[in-house]
Amino acid sequence: MNRFLLPLSIFIVVVVFLGIGLKLNPREIPSPLVGKAAPEFSQPQLLDPAKVFSPADLKGKVWLLNFWASWCSGCKTEHPVLMDLAKSGAVPIYGMDYKDQRDEAMTWLSRWGNPYPVVGVDDAGRVGINYGVYGVPETYVIDKQGVIRYKQIGPLDPDTIEKKILPLVKQLESQ
Amino acid sequence: MNWLILIMMLLWSGPVWAGEARPLADDPVAEARLKHLAVELRCLVCQNQTLADSNAPLAEDLRREVREMIAKNMSDREIIEFLTARYGDFVLYRPPLKATTSVLWIGPFVLLTVGAVVLVITLRRRARKVVDVPVTEEEHRRVEQLLAEGGKRS
Repeated sequence: MNRFLLPLSIFIVVVVFLGIGLKLNPREIPSPLVGKAAPEFSQPQLLDPAKVFSPADLKGKVWLLNFWASWCSGCKTEHPVLMDLAKSGAVPIYGMDYKDQRDEAMTWLSRWGNPYPVVGVDDAGRVGINYGVYGVPETYVIDKQGVIRYKQIGPLDPDTIEKKILPLVKQLESQ
Repeated sequence: MNWLILIMMLLWSGPVWAGEARPLADDPVAEARLKHLAVELRCLVCQNQTLADSNAPLAEDLRREVREMIAKNMSDREIIEFLTARYGDFVLYRPPLKATTSVLWIGPFVLLTVGAVVLVITLRRRARKVVDVPVTEEEHRRVEQLLAEGGKRS
């Protein structure tokens, strides 16, 4: 009996590590930007290119910055969730159209609906790089001081909004 | 005459294509630095490829970004800091030695030491089990007798 005890315990340890490894999502890389000031930008607006969208205009507000594109399938999945959140009025969602064609983005918004008060255009993907975006959709929660408080990698779902985004927004609003 | 114009047009257009395809071709030093840096950096979309290998759009953008920083005469360290500030240590193919990466760096040596200790203990225990048993005169004689009999039979 004693002979098998050591190999068995080693086996169990290996299985536990394997189990943990399988549960981790390698796509979810922790962002070093959480807790840091949201990078500044001033990008032309999608609906009115003569106007500029800049986070400086949103100081004193809690808001979400959502990177999306008309070519991104995850964004289509996420879209109804954003529409519901926008309708609830809990928190404004500002959009950043990431490496997209202007007319296709406009068509996308008019066909599926526009949850954003303002959409910025990030043609070259530079704003994306400054925010550490490596795949759309990605969403940032930004507080009144302009500090990034949370980063969602991949589509938002109702569960994440209910359990993470809304409580965080409420807490940041009260500060 | 028409042919001549066509040939002239082809000759003129050649250098225009070449200029568009390679933005930094006139600076081989910068391109060498980009290559040197890009093999140290991970593409975040296709995670087991370096920035040099990857064709993902993000990798192209990041290469462009690194090219521009090289053109601005930033040091390798500044460029790597720029990227880790945005994408974290994950962007580095060689993770730095930090508290969070200590298991990664020290783990293999710990396992090696544990293995070596177990091996030494096992070998010593085995050595202790092998005890010299003295052979008596009587047994010697019996062995010789048996050997002699065996020899006759064959």
